[in-house]
Amino acid sequence: MKIDQRFTDKFVKISLNFQAYFTVGILLIIVFIIFLKGIKHFNLEFLLTFPEDMGRHGGIFPSIVGTILLVLLSLLIATPLGVGTAIFLTEYTRETKFTKIIRFGVESLAGIPSIIYGLFGFIFFVIKLKMGWSLLAGALTLTIMILPTIIRTSEEAIKAVPKNFRMVSYSLGATKWETTTKVVIPSAAPGILTGIMLSVGRAMGETAAVIFTMGSSLRLPTSLFDSGRTMAVHFYILAREGISMEKAYATALVLVLSILCINILAYYYMHKVMTRYS
Amino acid sequence: MDSNFLIEGLPLFYKVGFSNIIFGFKWAPTKGSFGIFPMIVSSFLVTIGALLIGGPLGLGCATYLAEYAGKKRKIFLKPALELLAGIPSVVYGFLGVVYVVPFVREIFGGSGFSLLSTSIVLGIMILPTVISITYDSLMSVPRAYREGSLAMGATKWQTTWRVVIPSAKSGILASYILGMGRAVGETMAVIMVAGNALKIPGSILDPLRTLTSNIALELAYASGDHRLGLFSTGVVLLIIIMILNYIANFVIRKRMIK
Repeated sequence: MKIDQRFTDKFVKISLNFQAYFTVGILLIIVFIIFLKGIKHFNLEFLLTFPEDMGRHGGIFPSIVGTILLVLLSLLIATPLGVGTAIFLTEYTRETKFTKIIRFGVESLAGIPSIIYGLFGFIFFVIKLKMGWSLLAGALTLTIMILPTIIRTSEEAIKAVPKNFRMVSYSLGATKWETTTKVVIPSAAPGILTGIMLSVGRAMGETAAVIFTMGSSLRLPTSLFDSGRTMAVHFYILAREGISMEKAYATALVLVLSILCINILAYYYMHKVMTRYS
Repeated sequence: MDSNFLIEGLPLFYKVGFSNIIFGFKWAPTKGSFGIFPMIVSSFLVTIGALLIGGPLGLGCATYLAEYAGKKRKIFLKPALELLAGIPSVVYGFLGVVYVVPFVREIFGGSGFSLLSTSIVLGIMILPTVISITYDSLMSVPRAYREGSLAMGATKWQTTWRVVIPSAKSGILASYILGMGRAVGETMAVIMVAGNALKIPGSILDPLRTLTSNIALELAYASGDHRLGLFSTGVVLLIIIMILNYIANFVIRKRMIK
């Protein structure tokens, strides 16, 4: 029997529709589960108190501080480096062997799994440079990890700035540097910011690279050479060692919601940027 | 960074012998056995499992988004699918332990910590990668192809299946390879759901240990040759990832030239 093509067409449409909503459903279910189970144990006290008894009781204050410090520190190193590289690649050089090598390096770094970064950070920063498990070692490792994202997105954003902008700036007698800092970067800023925000989201949720470089001390990190525990690591330890499911869910709630907020903001920004130039 | 890595990882290859590490079956690093063959096989198995689950689903989602979804739906669906990528891997692993592992245990038996559970969790985790790259390659198929096919009387699905998807073939392939790269490199989620047993799984319900979990499970307390053994594991993992990335880049570039 010959199958009616119109029937196939309808069937396929419904099935593809289902697949798409099924996948989005997974996301919604994940967020709902975390939200429903976490909200019961979530309150202001949870955010502002120290954990007691390995995290069975109390809050996650040091982990929040640890996460913020780690992310800020790695951004502080990665942003100038990444944006600088992107400016160099787009504004200050032609395609040469050297830029090809940089591009190849960035491309290769982008695909490397986080455990490899963790292993590298552990060998190089923690042991070779004798930093020990510390905020600094963790931040440097994360810096290498998020650099490719920042370089790529900044490059895209800078490339998207229309040529006319530069021409006009030159014709007014501005130097290359003035043009770059006062015309190109401000126009590309939203795109660059998107890349930075996406990196923040990635850095906050990272576990494998952080646990071996920053360690998992529950104390509040007060110097660059203190070990600390990020929310992701805290969540992992709570869940894997079965310390406290309630606290694990509540930690996951804080972690997932903050990452989602940052990413939604980033996508919103990206959307705005894309509509601006097209 | 890679050179530093090789320097640390290579001595053991000389000392123990390359083939004893790559093809050795026994991992007992404190007793001088550094065989990681079962882990290499396990890594490949979970990757293929993840692809079997995430591949078709990802292709379906991307096809729906690119060919069928209206503008309004797209504005909601596309960012939602991309946000899946933002959820940290520990959260996937945790929910895998709480929901997927018991599900597999109830339905199929065994402990639940298995190749199947790991594949399901990883299959979901690679979806954003597969969807976004497949979507881009479907969108880059020229409109004229679709119009030509529709003009000849083909239905929407015939056009999609016979014209659009074949034209985007290399992009879809690249998305699968990059998805594989993501699955091979995934660590925390795998540790939590895979069961971490040191042997080649005999069925999809057996526990297993991948290259990544081997490193993460033992790095914190390893020392001496044991630590070197973990570096060697890392070197093997790095080589696998590099090959996958190279192939993906090659496929993408070939398409761009075309």
